[in-house]
Formats: sequence, structure tokens, C-alpha cells
Amino acid sequence: MNVELFLFFLFALMAVGGALSLILQRHPIHSALSLIVVMVALAALYLLQGAEFIAAVQIIVYAGAIMVLFVFVIMLLNAGEEERTAASRMARVVGVPVGIFLTALLAWGISGGASSQAATEAVVKPYDTKQLAVLLFREYVFPFELTSILILIAILGAVVLAKRES
Amino acid sequence: MTFLEQHPVLVISVIKVAVLVFLLMTGIAYLTWFERKAVAHMQSRWGPYRAGPHGLLQPLADGLKFLFKEDFTPDGVDRFVYFLAPFLALSLSLVTIAVIPFGPQAIVLLGQQTPLAISDVNIGLLFILAITSLSVYGVALGGWASNNKYSLLGGLRSSAQMVSYEISMTLSVVGVLLVAGTFSLREIVEAQGGYFLGFLPRWNIFSAQFPQVLGFLIFLTAAFAETNRVPFDLAEAETELVAGFHTEYASFKFAMFFMAEYASMVTVSFVTSILFFGGWHSPFPPNQVTPYLPTFLLGALGLYVIYDGLRYETIFGRVVLPVLGLAITALGVLCAWPGVNAFVQAPFWLLAKVFCFLFLYIWVRGTLPRFRYDQLMGFGWKVMLPLALLNVVLTAAAMLGRGR
Repeated sequence: MNVELFLFFLFALMAVGGALSLILQRHPIHSALSLIVVMVALAALYLLQGAEFIAAVQIIVYAGAIMVLFVFVIMLLNAGEEERTAASRMARVVGVPVGIFLTALLAWGISGGASSQAATEAVVKPYDTKQLAVLLFREYVFPFELTSILILIAILGAVVLAKRES
Repeated sequence: MTFLEQHPVLVISVIKVAVLVFLLMTGIAYLTWFERKAVAHMQSRWGPYRAGPHGLLQPLADGLKFLFKEDFTPDGVDRFVYFLAPFLALSLSLVTIAVIPFGPQAIVLLGQQTPLAISDVNIGLLFILAITSLSVYGVALGGWASNNKYSLLGGLRSSAQMVSYEISMTLSVVGVLLVAGTFSLREIVEAQGGYFLGFLPRWNIFSAQFPQVLGFLIFLTAAFAETNRVPFDLAEAETELVAGFHTEYASFKFAMFFMAEYASMVTVSFVTSILFFGGWHSPFPPNQVTPYLPTFLLGALGLYVIYDGLRYETIFGRVVLPVLGLAITALGVLCAWPGVNAFVQAPFWLLAKVFCFLFLYIWVRGTLPRFRYDQLMGFGWKVMLPLALLNVVLTAAAMLGRGR
């Protein structure tokens, strides 16, 4: 069997398994750990596609920074296992049809219902790190800077909210 | 067709991984001996002395003790996470060694050309940063799963600390990236070859573009915090938290946390040498004498060990130490052999630099007191982060001014 194909199925199974475990676990820490598994598996899949930079950034930003904060907050609040409430039973009634609808939509999209040649080509085109940087800082520099300003505003907002309490 | 012919890369990688992990684990074991000995002498003590001559068998005795101790699991722990945490800590700190290049030459193994590293990846530096960013989980989860308030506090402290210092660490590397223009560790080292004015090595710390002195100091400080070492070992502050995140760990699970700390010390020293101190490049410009420096240094060490061994108190020591000295001297003589001499230069200088940084770690541990927690966070965010940003801006401005 082809090694790359084997690795693809290994990490794809890891990602799907982690995602299922994320939903099915009762304890928030276990759910957070499952999400980390999903992130790492996705990074490995990017690596298999040759997108080294994206893979590394995926791990540094999501698994290494954002999920550490998730775990930190769960630890800080010492959150226990989740309990079933009236609202969670409601969620099951609404959630199952919505889930089926979204899966159907996704399946339709993948099977070719909504595909356009241009979109597929833009995704498949392999970028090395230098090309990516040139694109990001030349062609797309305005949206890039706009995003960083948005994040800066969010940080300032968090600081203001945290200050008010003390 | 044999399995080897079908998958040469796989077989060679497994061989390289096995050899390197064996060397690394032995190195870590003797690093603990070296640390105990060096700190003891700094504090006018003898350190390990009973197990073997100069306590040289102490790591072995420690290992056996860890293996045979009762592995006690406290009540009320989260079993899965409790078992997972030491594995995460150790495997993540060991895996970084996979991208460290030890020399410029390709070696021939089983008839295949292969680089002198487990793997030569384009994003070596990013890989190391990614693994470092994950390594907080071992400590944090271990502290949380132990069901103990001291462990939890240790885990919380370390996750906040590591997230804070990781930012400065990553930013301090940006200066090197700007100068080198690549993420590949091999190319970063190759760009540092040569000498200014015939004597000053072209290492990044002396870079002509913009000397990375500030970047190096920030990286080193952040690395101390990332590896949870004194003066930033708040996660296991004995005076406040019993033993911090590993209070509830015994036997080999404790040993795994311990080995993880030393393994990350070793890998961080490798990264520091590669990024700022020219990796495998010799500090002396090549001439008639410099190729024989490894021979001189190893030979001098070996002769001293023989001299010291012959006067040792115990009969066992009078036999073992001279034999060890002879072995070191023989290794030194082997390094003078023409074929071996050319090959051994690069790994020798890299390992010598790594040894210097490991000694620095131990020296700092024997010297500095621990930070208070608010001082630690204040220092990380109010001093280190602005300085790291300043270094990025200055390096970029200097390079822009030269029209690059």
C-alpha cells in the first residue's frame, strides 16, 4: 500500500475520531484534548499536501496557543462534567434535523453540485512559504492589516472588560 | 526484493532515530550527574560520591530506583489524563531532536546518502516552535489530573508562564529569520560560515546585517522559562507548592517528567547554538592547528582522568577511572586520523557549544534565586515582549537601510 495514502487515512481517521470524541465526551478537559487531536491531525493532513507553513502555523496557533488557553480556563474554573438540562434535551430535538441538513449540504457540495473549476484550482495550487508571504504582504496586504486591527480591537476590548471588575 | 530495498528511507530513519535517542538518553542521564556534581561544588559540597568513582554510577542507580519503586496512583485522579501527561511531556521534548542538523556532510548508511540529521525539513525552525508550543500540555495536564491543589496551582502557573514567554521566544527568533531568510536550520547554519577580518566568526550574534545580541538574550531568557528552569521554575516551587505539578507522581512517571525537563534543556541548547552561534562552524578560522583541537581537548581530558584515577581512594576507582581516561584519550587520537578528522569537526563544535549552554543552565541554577510570580509575569510582558519587538523593528530597519 502507498505510504502517503496510508498516512492520509491514518490522520483522516484520527481527525474524525477526535471530532466524534469531542462531542461525545462528558468532561470539558477530555473534549478540549479531543479538539487538540483534531488540530494536530489536520496539521498532518496539510503536511501531506505539501503545505508545510500552514501545517506548522496550524499547530502553533490552534493547538499551541488557543487550545492552551481553553485548557487553562477549564482548569482555572475547575469545570466538572456537564449535566443534562431541559435546554440540552431541546438541543437534541433541534440539533438532529439541522445536523442531517448540514451533512446533506456538505455531501452535495463535495459530490460536485456547487463546484467551480476556479475555486478548485485556487485550493490545489501548492504554495511555498515565500510565495505565501509575497501574496499576503503584496496582493492581500489591506485585508491582512484590517484583520490585525480587528484582533487588536478585540484585545483592547478584553483588557477593558477585565479592568472593570477589579 | 528485501524489505530494506523497498523502503530504504524508512529503515535508515529508524536506525538514525534509535542511535540518536540512545545517545540522547545517555546524555540526559549523565547531565543529571553533571548538574548535581557542578551545583554541589558551587555550594562547597561533594555531590554524588558513593555510587562508583566520583558518583559516576549514580544515574544508573537512580534509574534502577525509579524502575523498582512502587508506582502509586492516588485516589480521585483522572486516570487517562494522569497517565497521558508524562508520556506527552517526554515524547514532545524528545521529538525536537529530529530536525537538528549535526553537520554539513551527507553520510553513507546502508549504501544510501543521507543527511547528518534524522530529517532535513524546510520548516525546521517552525517545527521546533510548534513542538515547543505543545510542550505546555504535559505539565498543565499532569497538574490538573493529579487531583491535588498544589499540583493544580503548579500546572496553572506553568501554562500561563509558558504561553507568556513563548511570544517573546518566537519574536526573538524573527531577527535570525530576517537575516537568514529561511526556515531551514541547515541553511541558517550554512549562512553563518566564514570569518570577519579573518578571526571573528560570521555567527548571527555578530551578524553584519544587525548583530542579534538582543535577540539572543531574549531567546535565552525565554528558553529558561519554557524549560521551567531556575529562575523561572515556578511550576515546581518547593517552598510554596510541595513539588508543584509532579507532587502526585511517583516511580517511573516522575522520572519521565524529570527526563523531559533535561531533554528540553538539551534541545534548547542545540537550537541556541544553531540560531545564534553558528551551529557546527568552528569558532577559530581554519589553519594548521585547528583541525587537531578536538584531539588536544579530548586527549587532555583523558590524561587528566588517568592521572586523577591513579590517585583515587578506592581500588575500584583506581581501575575504572584510568580505563575511562584511556578510552577518552584513544577517542582523541582517533579524531586525529585523516578521514575521521574531517568528519568529526562539525559535530564536535556543535556538541562543544551545546555543552557550554548546558553548563550555563547549571551555573544559573547554582546562582540565581527564584522569581516571585507577579515579577515573572510583569517581566515577561512588560520587558521581554517590548524588547523582542524592538529587536524585530531594529533588524528590519537595519536591513532596509542597507537596501536588502
